Amino acid sequence: MDSVLLPHGVKRCSPWAFFFWTLPWLGLMAWGGLSAFLCLWKGLNQTNMSNVFAFALWIVFDLAVIALGAGAFFTGFLTYIIGKKELKNIINTAVIVGFICYSGAMAMLGIDIGQPIRGWFIFWHANIHSMLVEVSFCITCYLMVLAIEFIPIILENRKLEEIKELRLFGHNLHEIMAVFAATGTFLSFFHQGSLGGMFGVMYARPFAAREGFYIWPWTFFLFVLSAVACGPCFTILCTKLTEFLTRKKLVPDSAIQLLAKISAWLLSLYIVLKIFDYLAWIYGVVPRAGLTFESFFREGPYGIWLVVCEMVFCGILPAIILMTPQARKNQGWLIVACLLTCIGIVLNRFLFIIVTLAIPVMPFDRFWGYLPTWQEWGIGLAVVGYGFLVFSLAYRYLPVFPKERELNPVAGS
Amino acid sequence: MKKENDHGKPGHKYGMVINLDKCTGCGTCMVACAAENNVSVRPDQSDKERVITWMRLYRITNGKEFPDTEVSYFPRPCMHCDHHPPCVSVCVATATKLDFHTGIVSQIYTRCIGCRYCQAACPYGARYFNWWDAYFPKGKGLDRYLSPEVSPRMRGVVEKCTFCHHRLMRAKSQAYAEDRREIEEDQYQTACTEACPAGAITFGDLNNPEHQVSKLTKHPFTFRLLERIGTEPKVYYQSSRDWVRKLGDNFLPGEYQPVVNKTWMKEEWSTKPGRDTF
Repeated sequence: MDSVLLPHGVKRCSPWAFFFWTLPWLGLMAWGGLSAFLCLWKGLNQTNMSNVFAFALWIVFDLAVIALGAGAFFTGFLTYIIGKKELKNIINTAVIVGFICYSGAMAMLGIDIGQPIRGWFIFWHANIHSMLVEVSFCITCYLMVLAIEFIPIILENRKLEEIKELRLFGHNLHEIMAVFAATGTFLSFFHQGSLGGMFGVMYARPFAAREGFYIWPWTFFLFVLSAVACGPCFTILCTKLTEFLTRKKLVPDSAIQLLAKISAWLLSLYIVLKIFDYLAWIYGVVPRAGLTFESFFREGPYGIWLVVCEMVFCGILPAIILMTPQARKNQGWLIVACLLTCIGIVLNRFLFIIVTLAIPVMPFDRFWGYLPTWQEWGIGLAVVGYGFLVFSLAYRYLPVFPKERELNPVAGS
Repeated sequence: MKKENDHGKPGHKYGMVINLDKCTGCGTCMVACAAENNVSVRPDQSDKERVITWMRLYRITNGKEFPDTEVSYFPRPCMHCDHHPPCVSVCVATATKLDFHTGIVSQIYTRCIGCRYCQAACPYGARYFNWWDAYFPKGKGLDRYLSPEVSPRMRGVVEKCTFCHHRLMRAKSQAYAEDRREIEEDQYQTACTEACPAGAITFGDLNNPEHQVSKLTKHPFTFRLLERIGTEPKVYYQSSRDWVRKLGDNFLPGEYQPVVNKTWMKEEWSTKPGRDTF
């Protein structure tokens, strides 16, 4: 039915099989659509957010997907600026995953603000002292860059490529991709950082507050580093999941191993610096506020175990696995390590958002807990559904993996 | 804050002193504040995480068993933090500002986009988000209390105590009409100050040595809420009870210095310049 749209020389499932595959993801998106409609129509009272949990599940999702999507800018940087040619085999995946993550996060943010129609005030009445302004500017610009990076991949579709003008346009865009890779790197550096800065500058919230360098709290640099460490891991996971579902080898091991190795070094550096950050915070910021590390976890559902999981099981452990060449080369260990790294970074964002708000600062106030409503889950999971859908469409109709044909020769092609 | 205004005179710095020993916890300040400022209500006001209470009353205890239990009430308006309020610098759309001429931290409702970053940054929980459309049930009298001087807030924006800023505007207009340049202490008072039946709240210009508040802040029993995190609140509290003062901030073991041998009698503390020396 759609065979004329499929890339040359590759095997794809039947249109019906593909249709049934998309149904759960369309279902998630429908759930999200209904939730979004209710939130826009009736207001944010549809959520379980409150004056205590001003930031909640959606912001955790936002920060998580933006960190996980960092593979796009970092792989682009390594491919086009540093010149790691073998990464050209995985750059398309990184770009598409990045685009999904950033566009999903932007859509979620649009519903998260109380007055979505006033969203443009961020740019019109911008408060240059606010880290969130830096985040908004950089993410908006970077989403445009990602769209520009995505266009040449779309234009490589078999049917679109037949149109000469589009083919030329796509080719020329491809030629100047290094410029966009550099722009993306610059923008991403600042928005990943300012997302961390957002929490570090909350000096009246001792759980999040950090000292820093000039106007940037240490969280600024740690968020950049953690994002570039986990972004490639998420790109690897997406590739491995696609390989598992399609039962094909799609990316040569050299590209995966190079990304994993780079991620290992960055993760190790991040963990070392994060340990120093924790120590400086525990012995600096916290006692100055008259508190102790344990006092943050005196009551409530969130305990020290979260920090232990973040640092040991999802930090040091995957760093050791990825640093060990034998373990890294083992498919199972590689996937476990990448998964743990991604969980660790999501945990880190969770701690900075939810736990920061759950802990009272006034001594006579109480600890708070929070559980999202189905509308909040709906919008969060819609991004997951959207991601699966876009990536599936891209895989089916676009030559996402340049080596697919070479690694999986189809008889008669 | 700038020491001087455009006319070369010391700028105003409006602030409040709340005497917790006088506070009976009656809640009149909360009611007066809500009525004065058109604060929206909910059909169920028991949802304390989502209702709006610009002035919120906390009940605190010394944590001891009967018969040693002691209770105090702790009214908490916006602290109108000085110099670098945690909420002002984070606001994306410049919808909240510290007025250098009055010291009041304002909120521009029509500019707020409802991102709630200011709420996350405020350690006092003094900022409230409008989770619902404004609601004033008809036939119960609330709609008749609505003040034309205060704009009601729409759904999806953050609001907070403004130190009854409209009263300052009113006092200024009055002074202008009477060809006066200065506002007297009694001409600008917040609704909670006026309403408190125990006279526990004192309001005025902290920069004016003649105003009662600037004298009260020098009392050794005076403290500020979460002073050590550096927010510099313009709301001060007073209590003769050590356990109450201790609950005003976080202290590591051995850090808290009790105030000893002091009473409310003025002659026993007036020789001391300020609480920092105690």
